[in-house]
This record gives sequence, C-alpha cells and structure tokens, in this order.
Amino acid sequence: MMFVPGNNPGMMADAHIYGPDSIMLDLEDSVTMAEKDAARLLVYNALKSIDYGDTEMVVRINPLNTPYGKKDVEAVVKAGVDVIRMPKTETADEVRELEAEIVKVETELGCVGRTQIMAAIESALGVVNAYEIATASKRMMGIALGAEDYSANLKTQRTPDGKELELARETIVVAARAAGICCFDTVYSNLDDMETFRKEVELIKTLGFDGKSIINPRQIEVVNEVFAPTAKAIEKSLKIIAAIKEAQAKGSGVIAVNGKMVDRPVVIRAERTIALAIASGILNKEDVQ
Amino acid sequence: MEVKNAVAGTLESGDIMVQIGPGKAGAGLVVDLESSVAAQFGKQIRALITDTLKDLGIDNAEVKATDKGALDCTIRARVTAAAVRATGKDVWK
Repeated sequence: MMFVPGNNPGMMADAHIYGPDSIMLDLEDSVTMAEKDAARLLVYNALKSIDYGDTEMVVRINPLNTPYGKKDVEAVVKAGVDVIRMPKTETADEVRELEAEIVKVETELGCVGRTQIMAAIESALGVVNAYEIATASKRMMGIALGAEDYSANLKTQRTPDGKELELARETIVVAARAAGICCFDTVYSNLDDMETFRKEVELIKTLGFDGKSIINPRQIEVVNEVFAPTAKAIEKSLKIIAAIKEAQAKGSGVIAVNGKMVDRPVVIRAERTIALAIASGILNKEDVQ
Repeated sequence: MEVKNAVAGTLESGDIMVQIGPGKAGAGLVVDLESSVAAQFGKQIRALITDTLKDLGIDNAEVKATDKGALDCTIRARVTAAAVRATGKDVWK
C-alpha cells in the first residue's frame, strides 16, 4: 500500500504506474490545514477521472471529530473509493460512527454496502482494543499499524530493530486473524537505508502481516521480493490445488499429494501461496484457472 | 455571486495555479492562460475552466491560470477550490 499525499496531483496521476497493490491517497497528516479543502477536491476528481485499473484505492480521511472528517467521507464515497482508512482509531464506537456517516452518503447514492473500512491503530488504547476495532463492522477489511504516532504515545521512539513495536505488531496480527480480516504494517521512512527496510519487511512477513505500507515506489520491489513465494512452494501449491479440484470432481473428501495426506490448513496455505504468487506477478490468474 | 480574490494550486509539475478575482461589469468570464501546451490544448483548458465556473454559478470573474501540465481532473479541482475560496460556496453539505 503506497502512501501518496492528497495535495500532490503529479504524484497522484503517476502512482499506479509503479504497480503497487493499493494506493492510499492521504487527506490527513500530509496535508496542511489551509489546503484540506483543495486536497479533498483533488482526491475526489482524481478518483472520478483517473483509471487506476485493478489497483485498490484507499483514502485516509481526517478524524471525524475535526471540521474536515465528515466532508472527506462524503467526497470519497461519492467518488467511489474502495476503502476509507480511519486514522488514529482507538475504539469500536469510532468505527461505528464512521460506518453511520458512510451509510448516510451511500443511501443517498443508492449503493449501500459499497465502501470498505480500514482502521489505523496508532496508540496504546488502539492496540488494547484491536480485536473490538477489527470486529466493529462488517465493512472492516483490515487493520494497520501507524508506528510514528504509536511510538510517541508510548513515550519512546522508532528504532532500527523495531523493539518498541513488538507487542503492537503481534497484537494487530492476532486481532486481524481472529476477526478474519487483513493486517498491514507501518511505513519505513528512511529511503537511504534499504537494507534495514528489507529486514523489517522480512520480520513483518514472518509475523503474519499481509503487506507493508510504503512511501516511495523504490520500496515496492523489496516488498514484492520478500513476500513472493519460492518456485518450489508455488509448484507444490499448484499440485495441491489441482489435487483438491480433482478430488472435488470425483466427490472425494480426502486427498494425498506426493504420498502425504492434505488437510484443510495445508490447502489454506497453498491458496495463500498462489494468491501471493499472483500478487507478486510470478503467476497469472489464468495459470490457476 | 460576489467573487473575492482567491488562489488555489501550485506551480509544481502536473499542477495548475488558479487565481480568481472579481470581473469588470458585463465582461463575463475572462481567462488569462499561461501554459507550455497552450498552442495545442489552450482552447480546451480555457473551456474547462469556464465550464467549471459556470457549473458553480460564476459567470463574471477574471481568472489567471498558470498550467504546469495538469490533467483535466486537476484543472477542475483547482478551479473549484479557487472558486469556493472566492465565494464561500460549499460544494459539500
């Protein structure tokens, strides 16, 4: 998920060329108070006009308790955004408040249920309430860690090894998995240190995150490389999926691949491997039809 | 509709800076466009600016637009932002 400032039309027009899985146009921290109105109009018009193809479009709105939040919701829902990212989410009630605002606009448009929600967790209270936040709405597609605000809230600072983020990362992954939704890690801001960035991506992949937030197209390649499954894993997964399809066609419930019984968790891992291979550009969707 | 002096946009690549102010009585919409692609697209850019302003109910104003290769959606957004700032009109609820 690539962050793009909502008041920079050049970057907004070019962002999808680099092939991120999703683009998050930002109306919050990257936009000054004086430019909130203009950025909202830019984002609205860009979403209405630019063909972003298959790229998932996310907009980070301003909090609803500011003078900008409700207008942001109206603008981006009218523009047909895929996902609204809530900043600084601390309670399930805040999610329900956002959902009510979305429903108001969708009802007017006749498209109730179209817009999904992603909650950014950026404080100790947000981490403590992670599962309640993750399950507060059927529209919730994922929760994400916002590490800068979180570190400040903890009265500490970001470190290269991310020690200060351990509990938050693990809590967010567990909450997301328990809720059956996605989870996304925070940004890494030092573009001159790609080695530490790669280590961080490897760490969050091991923890179970679905993806990494990025601030520059240069970071896309590293994330895709780390998340891409190996050729051996893909080959094995394709065999498992093929065997499952064959078993289903024959009406058989139990299958074996290479002499080993394949049970449900193995199939789930195989499906995830194939999905990652497609997302990484190693396989085409047609290859697994 | 009363139009005050206002500006929106920047001079960065891919953007357009739109300055708007009160027009002379009966002069309609007067657009002064500066763009490196004025020869090819000047007519369309001017039309987009005037159409956007008319849609907002503004039919008498002076506009100075400095284009840096903005897409149509950016021009529409910047003209709307300048117009909203110049008139106080709220395009949202």
